[in-house]
Amino acid sequence: MKARVHVTLKTGVLDPQGKAVQHALHALGFGSVGEVRQGKFIELETGESDPAKARTAVEEMCKKLLANPVIENYSIQIETREAEE
Amino acid sequence: MKAAVIVFPGSNRDRDMLMALERAAGKPALAVWHGETDFEPVDLIVVPGGFSYGDYLRAGAMAVHSPIMREVAKRAGAGVPVLGVCNGFQILTEAGLLPGALLRNACLKFVCRDIHMKVETAQSLFTAGYESGQVVRVPVAHHDGNYFADDETLDRLEGEGRVAFRYCTQEGDFDEAANPNGSIRHIAGIYNETKTVLGLMPHPENATDPQLGGTDGAALFDGLVAALH
Amino acid sequence: MAESEITPELAAEHGLTAEEYARVLAIMGRAPNITELGIFSVMWSEHCSYKTSKKWLRTLPTEGPQVIQGPGENAGVIDIGDGLACIFKIESHNHPSFIEPYQGAATGVGGILRDVFTMGARPIANLNALRFGAPDHPKTRHLVAGVVAGIGGYGNCIGVPTVGGECQFHESYNGNILVNAMTVGIAPTDRIFYSAAAGIGNPVVYVGSKTGRDGIHGATMASAEFSEDSEEKRPTVQVGDPFTEKLLLEACLELMATDAIVAIQDMGAAGLTSSSVEMSSKGGVGIELDLGAVPRREEGMTPYEIMLSESQERMLMILRPGREDAARAVFEKWELDFAVIGRVTETGRLVLTENDATVADIPVAPLVENAPEYDRPWEPTPPSPEIAAGDVIAKPADEALLALLASPDHCGKGWIWHQYDHLVMNDTVIRPGGDAAVVRVQDTQKALAVTTDCTPRYCHADPVRGGAQAVAEAWRNLTATGARPLAATDNMNFGNPERPRVMGQFAGCIQGMGEACRALSFPIVSGNVSLYNETSGKGIHPTPVIGGVGLLDDAALAVGIGFTDPDLTILLVGETQGWLGCSAYLRELLGQEEGAPPPVDLDAELRNGDFTRMQILARRARACHDLSEGGLAVALAEMALAGGIGAEIAAPPGEIPLHAWLFGEDQARYLIATKNPAAVLADAEAAGIPLAAIGSTGGEALTLPGTAPISLTALREAHEGWLPGYMDGA
Repeated sequence: MKARVHVTLKTGVLDPQGKAVQHALHALGFGSVGEVRQGKFIELETGESDPAKARTAVEEMCKKLLANPVIENYSIQIETREAEE
Repeated sequence: MKAAVIVFPGSNRDRDMLMALERAAGKPALAVWHGETDFEPVDLIVVPGGFSYGDYLRAGAMAVHSPIMREVAKRAGAGVPVLGVCNGFQILTEAGLLPGALLRNACLKFVCRDIHMKVETAQSLFTAGYESGQVVRVPVAHHDGNYFADDETLDRLEGEGRVAFRYCTQEGDFDEAANPNGSIRHIAGIYNETKTVLGLMPHPENATDPQLGGTDGAALFDGLVAALH
Repeated sequence: MAESEITPELAAEHGLTAEEYARVLAIMGRAPNITELGIFSVMWSEHCSYKTSKKWLRTLPTEGPQVIQGPGENAGVIDIGDGLACIFKIESHNHPSFIEPYQGAATGVGGILRDVFTMGARPIANLNALRFGAPDHPKTRHLVAGVVAGIGGYGNCIGVPTVGGECQFHESYNGNILVNAMTVGIAPTDRIFYSAAAGIGNPVVYVGSKTGRDGIHGATMASAEFSEDSEEKRPTVQVGDPFTEKLLLEACLELMATDAIVAIQDMGAAGLTSSSVEMSSKGGVGIELDLGAVPRREEGMTPYEIMLSESQERMLMILRPGREDAARAVFEKWELDFAVIGRVTETGRLVLTENDATVADIPVAPLVENAPEYDRPWEPTPPSPEIAAGDVIAKPADEALLALLASPDHCGKGWIWHQYDHLVMNDTVIRPGGDAAVVRVQDTQKALAVTTDCTPRYCHADPVRGGAQAVAEAWRNLTATGARPLAATDNMNFGNPERPRVMGQFAGCIQGMGEACRALSFPIVSGNVSLYNETSGKGIHPTPVIGGVGLLDDAALAVGIGFTDPDLTILLVGETQGWLGCSAYLRELLGQEEGAPPPVDLDAELRNGDFTRMQILARRARACHDLSEGGLAVALAEMALAGGIGAEIAAPPGEIPLHAWLFGEDQARYLIATKNPAAVLADAEAAGIPLAAIGSTGGEALTLPGTAPISLTALREAHEGWLPGYMDGA
């Protein structure tokens, strides 16, 4: 079963990449664009078939490796196989 | 002084560090492969610069889970001095041995150049070879050196005298142009609570040889040798 | 898999002409299958076969007492004494970098690094020669940003310092940028590894990354002229993984310290095909590969795709029998794939099998030896008129100098090289930004000077002269650090050779290069050819980039370009006539790209260069700089800026107009800043070398004759302002 993890910088942590993207969008004429925050998207095959177990495992992965709690938040989406197909 | 340099897959300033340590100590340091779980007793552990695991995911994030890091954390806890430079600093923050994190440089580009930094205090193992307030010139070479911590942590670091170095101008002033990566409060390096763990982004090991354009980094190693011999 | 029927049309889509396809049929004695057709197509592409350039490349000098290995291996090898060899090469990654600048440039760096460490050398320096389109072309800024980030991203991660190179802009590169990367490495002379397979029955081993569908047909793409729809070719560009390459580098060097390896070859362009064919061809043996054993990243790959994949960070090795387990242990320690995929045979054939069925069977010797070779028609470039200095409008010297320093080609390139780690490995004695960079050779007193050079404007106006000048300038840049130039590598970047004018440029540049290399005892030991740099019929300026390597016996004797002290006397070595034809002054100030370029007097180059080097090694030069584009005034400004010390310059001698004296681009000249001018002057007089004291250092301004002092601050703003300002512009 697949998991999708979004890792984003916490509010209050400066995001120079997001700022640069915002600046570039303004330059391209998308003047109404407000704050841009850039993050990471990680897709992984959990090897689990039970959604609850999969979520617990991925939570653990986020805490241990995928996100740095000092600066980052994360959110997890578990995709069942049916949804995928 | 017997020192050990931890080598991860992707470390690339391990040799530079070994050269600087040997120059100061007069004998070779030990290179320890990340896959080891133990190594002989040493007076100093160094986590060198480079791109451990390609800096993929986050700089330093994967090296933390190498077998050797458990031993490094254990010895650091027992008071063995640990120095982390550049990627080593990133690894030590990821490992929780130092507070805060190192973000992408504010300019978004890799930056390799000589910078000036001020030695905040000479009252540490690592800076005994300097004067408090001394301005030194050493190079930086990194993409993710933008130090960040929340205000509470920063206030604590400052209150406890745990800011080791700050980026500054040649004259010792703090201004944005002299800060190569956007680090908060111009922080270039910090200590742990006991000042036995130091992490810094600049490379003192690349400023120990007059033929290479500067020797301001040598006092850090000479000071360590004097303190730990 | 349903086999496509092989038709002449399909062969044509693979870039084979009707005549070439007929040759394939003759060699095979039957119609090839699709895998075999793919193999012929990449092996006979311009990129792999040098079919257009071979005839001319043969005329270059490639030998000398210092040469251990000339062109034909992965890289050239020269002897630098103390039992050490310097292994180096330059290679282009032009088309991929235009399509996807970050990955194209990054994999270019990765490829040239592998070419060098596959021969047993630890890489110690990278350089890159870049050419972009006009700054106001809508793509240029994006391409500069991507290419520079890609070069840095790869080189910084692997931990090899990027110490030098060049970067210029011209509209002729609007649709075809040039990204030429050079790597220099060091190996013990008795542990150099070659690619000739040997030992019937020996295992053929695959190491490194897994194979995916990356870059299929990259080698043929690199040999085809661009059309407007090239942007759709994006998926064929490979993705680089510098971390894996770092592991591969360390694993290879670790294994090379044992005697397990018989032969080794990197999988570059045309991947498994060119590596296996070259190894068997050089060894005069056959190779049998089981494609099922090839580690792969994607499912359902066909033999065609496996053979043509250009996935990066892979090597092919022939091991001594019985050493597989020891070798496997090394690669597993570094967490890299290791697979025995075949064996050396006595058949002289490349035989590929999958599930015990033969999927390709080609005789190697005719595949390589009967590759097409062309003597394409060529016509010489008509001579450009000589322009007399008196006919060129004179601008105020200070205004002209500031304009030149702030021009795209002559401004400081720190914005680029500060993004490259040029200090890692702790041996960089002279950093980027001067004539040549200087890097120490570990465990010795020695150092290598390294540079890349070419003035395409000269080559366009007069290919023979331009070719000679590129070699002479590389040689001068090495000399100006105190190094003795040893050998060179060339990257021949040209347009469509099927046009006689372009072929004439190629032939002319080779002629000039050959003359200069011979006169200066500076042989070409490796190189690369990139043709068809042309979009919709518009070709690039001919750009034969010369990468030079020189040796300093004592690293401590190296000098940089920066003035070190006040009150030094500035001496000008060489003769100044004030040649303004084809100059930077004409182009940048008057908007004219015309006139014959300066003549190259190779005897004077040799004499003046040897004299200058002798003065440096006698410790009489505190700083030294060669004169090139922008002439005397630009060189003086660069020396002042690099040292943070100004200078005052006297009026020119004799009849020569001031602007010609300051900005003329006469060759074979150097500036030396010295404490001891009398000794240098005496030596020059004794040796018959033209030498003049032209001024002295000091202060915080550069004062040219007849103008107000120009402050270092103003010079710096001009010189360092343009590129960051341009890159920041939206």
